[in-house]
Amino acid sequence: MIEVRDLTKAYSTTLAVDHISFTVRKGEVLGFLGPNGAGKTTTLRIITGYLLPDEGTVTVDGYDVLSQPLQVKQRIGYLPEDNPLYLEMKVREYLDFVAEARGLTGARKRDAIDRVLHLTNLEDKYRKTIETLSKGYRQRVGLAQALIHDPPILLLDEPTSGLDPTQIVEIRNLIRELGREKTVMLSTHILPEVQATTSRVIIINRGRIAASGTLDELLQKASEGEVIHLELRNPPQEVEPVLQSQPWIESFHRIAEEDGAYRWTLRGPEGKDIREDLYRLAVEQGWTLRELWRERATLEEVFLNLTTEEATA
Amino acid sequence: MRGTWTVFKKEFREFFTSPTGYIYLVVFLVLTQWLFFRGFFVIGQASVRGYFSLLPWVFLLFIPAITMRAWAEERRNGTLEILMTLPLRDPEILAGKFLAGFAFVVLSLLLTLTLPISVSLIGNLDWGQVVASYLGALFLAGAYLSIGLFASAISANQIVAFLLGAVFVFFFFLLGMDWVLATFPPGVAAVLQYFGLGYHFESIARGVLDLRDILYYLSVMAVFLYLNLRSMEVWRIGG
Repeated sequence: MIEVRDLTKAYSTTLAVDHISFTVRKGEVLGFLGPNGAGKTTTLRIITGYLLPDEGTVTVDGYDVLSQPLQVKQRIGYLPEDNPLYLEMKVREYLDFVAEARGLTGARKRDAIDRVLHLTNLEDKYRKTIETLSKGYRQRVGLAQALIHDPPILLLDEPTSGLDPTQIVEIRNLIRELGREKTVMLSTHILPEVQATTSRVIIINRGRIAASGTLDELLQKASEGEVIHLELRNPPQEVEPVLQSQPWIESFHRIAEEDGAYRWTLRGPEGKDIREDLYRLAVEQGWTLRELWRERATLEEVFLNLTTEEATA
Repeated sequence: MRGTWTVFKKEFREFFTSPTGYIYLVVFLVLTQWLFFRGFFVIGQASVRGYFSLLPWVFLLFIPAITMRAWAEERRNGTLEILMTLPLRDPEILAGKFLAGFAFVVLSLLLTLTLPISVSLIGNLDWGQVVASYLGALFLAGAYLSIGLFASAISANQIVAFLLGAVFVFFFFLLGMDWVLATFPPGVAAVLQYFGLGYHFESIARGVLDLRDILYYLSVMAVFLYLNLRSMEVWRIGG
């Protein structure tokens, strides 16, 4: 549905997006995850035709954003970052304007407005001036605007930023619901957001794609970084030759000594949980086992690793 | 066309969603009527010429005030991103904004029709001259509007846009003034005079509709609207 190839965009001094390529498939809900300033907004702005790329191509539903921007814009519903709105307008006037700009007139326009008002639960705010609405309602107006032409593709830039927890849940539920029939690309710097709404994630950092995959795949990746902590009362001279000789221990490091007890971190073969083997080994050897636990990287840590490693590199 | 009409409606309505538009109209009318009647009974002629010769000065502040919000506010509030990601072409958006400002000026001028009407009741008014002057005023307003819109396009906020617009317009207006021209050698002065906004209006205000004057105003509009379109392209590059 969306094809991004070798996209590059620099502002006067900084490279915002650095040769990124990715595909958003029809019907999927893609999370575009990254810290602030990673290039998410720039990428979305290029896809929507608000900004021009320096290099690379973007095609939406087969239309090139540079040569056929109107066709692209017709297929996209867009909620920009910080949800800009014409505050002095009434909700009705605003939706009316957007609907007409999207070529809806007469009965089709009225139907479209009724549909999005219902969808976003704005029916009783219809006559209100946008300025008088709370942040949560304004966000719904922004979404209503993005949905007015029933677009096949939705691009949402930080759709829950600045909302309170109840409003966040509401908006996420709405996004999930919309994701059933639409292709959604959702940018966020909040990890739980993608866990709550999306099926696939692209992690972007400093203008480059740091990782991509389904949530399960990323968690799988996280488990590769899993280590076992072992603490014994026995001295290293006694323990380490034994550990060395076990084929199922890939590597071990002594990391601490405390009150005559020693602590190691160990790695087993990929995907294998070696805690029980370690327990049996300790029993066999008559070691005094003080602690045995698994440190598992969470998605949070994967995200942090991916987005901070490069920052320090 | 549809896009232009949609943007036009939005922009025109914006004048009246806050009291600003009404205040502009009232101030414009009070000011012009006062300036007119102040001299009218002194001169004692059934003519609106004095009034029209003041119009470029009133427009100098009135029109940048109309255009100052046009782009500066959209940029400041971020709504430019909404506007420019709707399936509208840049010229459609620009035309909508320009025509909305123009319609507001037309409305203001329509409300001043009370002047020639009341004058014609008192004395013998040359209606041909009045019609020509109103037409000239529309062309003058179009030129000012295009300059004001461009000023708004390159300004970070509406106050700057207003000042910049007024300065631009004033600059082009001064070029045609006799006392400015007197400081230049005759050859240069003739060229400068041609570029003066006021010079072309003077002949129109006398009741002479010259094709050259009209062409002049149309070219000012073309140049500044073109510059405005280029600014929109610059925004897309990220400037």
